[in-house]
Amino acid sequence: MNLAIRDIRYHRGRFILTSIGLGLLLGVVISMGGIYRGLFADALAVLHFTKADIWVVQQNTNGPFAESSRIPEDIKYRIKAVPGVADAAPLSFQTIQIERQGKPFRFFLIGYDLNGFGGPPVILAGRDIRQKHYEMVVAKAMKMEIGEKIHLGLHDYTVVGITGKVVSSGGDPAAYVSLADAQDIQFKKDNDAVRNDRARIGANLAGIQSLSPSQAKFLKLNIAGITESTHTVNTVVARLAPGANLKEVQERISRWNHFRPISVEEQTKILTKGMIEKARMQLGLFRIILLVISAVIIALIIYTSTLDKIKVIATLKLIGSQNRVIIGMILQQSLLMGVIAYAIGYGLILLTYENFPRRIVLEPFDLQALFVIVMAICMIASFVGIRKALKVEPAEALGG
Amino acid sequence: MDKIMYAIEVENLTKIYGKGETAVTAIADATFHVKPGELVAILGPSGSGKTTLLTAIGLINEPTHGKVIIDGATVADEGWTPGLDLKRLRREKLGFIFQAHNLIPFLTALENVMIALEINHLSKNEAKGRATELLVSLNLGHRLNNYPTALSGGEAQRVAIARALANKPKVILADEPTAALDTENGKNVMSLLKKLAVDNHSAILVVTHDHRMVEGFDRIFQVNDGRIADEIGS
Ligand SMILES: Nc1ncnc2c1ncn2[C@@H]1O[C@H](COP(=O)(O)OP(=O)(O)OP(=O)(O)O)[C@@H](O)[C@H]1O
Ligand SMILES: [Mg+2]
Repeated sequence: MNLAIRDIRYHRGRFILTSIGLGLLLGVVISMGGIYRGLFADALAVLHFTKADIWVVQQNTNGPFAESSRIPEDIKYRIKAVPGVADAAPLSFQTIQIERQGKPFRFFLIGYDLNGFGGPPVILAGRDIRQKHYEMVVAKAMKMEIGEKIHLGLHDYTVVGITGKVVSSGGDPAAYVSLADAQDIQFKKDNDAVRNDRARIGANLAGIQSLSPSQAKFLKLNIAGITESTHTVNTVVARLAPGANLKEVQERISRWNHFRPISVEEQTKILTKGMIEKARMQLGLFRIILLVISAVIIALIIYTSTLDKIKVIATLKLIGSQNRVIIGMILQQSLLMGVIAYAIGYGLILLTYENFPRRIVLEPFDLQALFVIVMAICMIASFVGIRKALKVEPAEALGG
Repeated sequence: MDKIMYAIEVENLTKIYGKGETAVTAIADATFHVKPGELVAILGPSGSGKTTLLTAIGLINEPTHGKVIIDGATVADEGWTPGLDLKRLRREKLGFIFQAHNLIPFLTALENVMIALEINHLSKNEAKGRATELLVSLNLGHRLNNYPTALSGGEAQRVAIARALANKPKVILADEPTAALDTENGKNVMSLLKKLAVDNHSAILVVTHDHRMVEGFDRIFQVNDGRIADEIGS
């Protein structure tokens, strides 16, 4: 006969309530672990989906995610020519926040070369971008329909396709446009601003006394080029040829000294160690605190339920029960409470995690580790009850 | 000539609580023998040492001096015999009945009897069979699946008796088993104990302070201030 289960059956209301309470607590612990993994997955999403081996960025920067990096687009030809590089493609990134349906609408705009790589990793609905201008592929999380239009910079863009879970390192959903469009949106000024710029620079040049009239004329002609040039990108990504040595290729690229070639491994470090380290530590601290609280609660519950059972325990001892019968009763109750609370917490998160504002990634390893920790906590917590129970004298059963 | 095999042998039993100035001698130099099948009442005023005597024999309360022999085994001789498994002896040789029935609240009547059998290594099915049989014989066949709170005082005490009898103990120790019952139920419990002493051939010690309850007992011990006088000898 299992005494633990009989006792629980008799006091089921109390047991279920405490298990639900603990379950909610464990649910929060599970979700925090999931948010932490989600931070990781988000931070690395673009890095992974791009499937590049080297990220070429502005010298002395940790770009393009952790720091801003600007390099000329035509670097791609020089990178492509480096021995060991199979392919190179320019990419631009920018975070955009506009108003949509009266609410702030934030997303991460990725511009890619339609003939290169780094575009949408999958197309879930609709199609890829086919025209050089005014077409857009958006992540599912942006909740936009195919055919929907959105105004960015100076033009309207039409959604032609839906892609998967691509997000910025900050968790904003991503949208793809052609590189030329992205550069337009990022750099192109409206006509008034262009006229103003030209006038200002022109006036400054005209004021330089030492310029000959022909020099001044030549410069003035090129002002348009300076003020309207949009051929800047944030990074050029490269894929290695089979058998190429990453270190050697990096070495060759950085020898030009104007650009920094960052490997995927280094980029991962920049993204995880630098950008989400604090969030990770914060979440870790909260998880530990919540687990300690759970441990204290379990210990208190087990201890008070043991106190409630002093007379039962004394009677059991009096009629000759072995200690293992009594220890088993307390330990099993504690473990059972842990299992049920864990199941409640897990079930709750499983039902709701898709709807969390931040991505929650439930790793089997994390879940298993937490289960083992919860079982260990239950075991340790039950010791206080067991210690008390073992001290009970059979004579205590006699008192009225 | 056959040596008489006693169920309980008590020789010069003394129990002193505490030490020094606050020491209380609850039982002083008690000597008596009880044969199997004998029904013995222990009468005495409050604080006279009745419970102390019962618990010293019941392997719950270590005797300070003297000898206790249960079913031929010397369990105490100037303190517990070393190396004794008290719990095992309690579950195999002794049955306890208390003033308050002391049933386990979260077990049904049937389960309360079964637990005593299961801790004595009976299988679940054997335990269930024997417990049902016992309860039916005590007129509780219709109460098997009730929790103690749903039983009347008399019913609960009969369940407790069934539990005490479960392992067919040589010795049954009852501490005021009728105190919580009305006269009629009390008398029923007492006649039940009498019947059990005869049927099961168990030695039964019943503590009570109600003189009306002791008719039909084989012997009556009167306890006063820790001293025992055998009123009706055998
Ligand atoms: N654990 C203990 N520690 C110290 N003294 C005790 C203890 N138990 C009992 N006594 C004392 O021993 C004496 C006998 O007590 P006991 O409980 O055996 O009396 P009793 O005859 O059963 O009384 P009652 O009819 O009230 O149950 C009393 O003076 C009591 O105060
Ligand atoms: Mg007493």
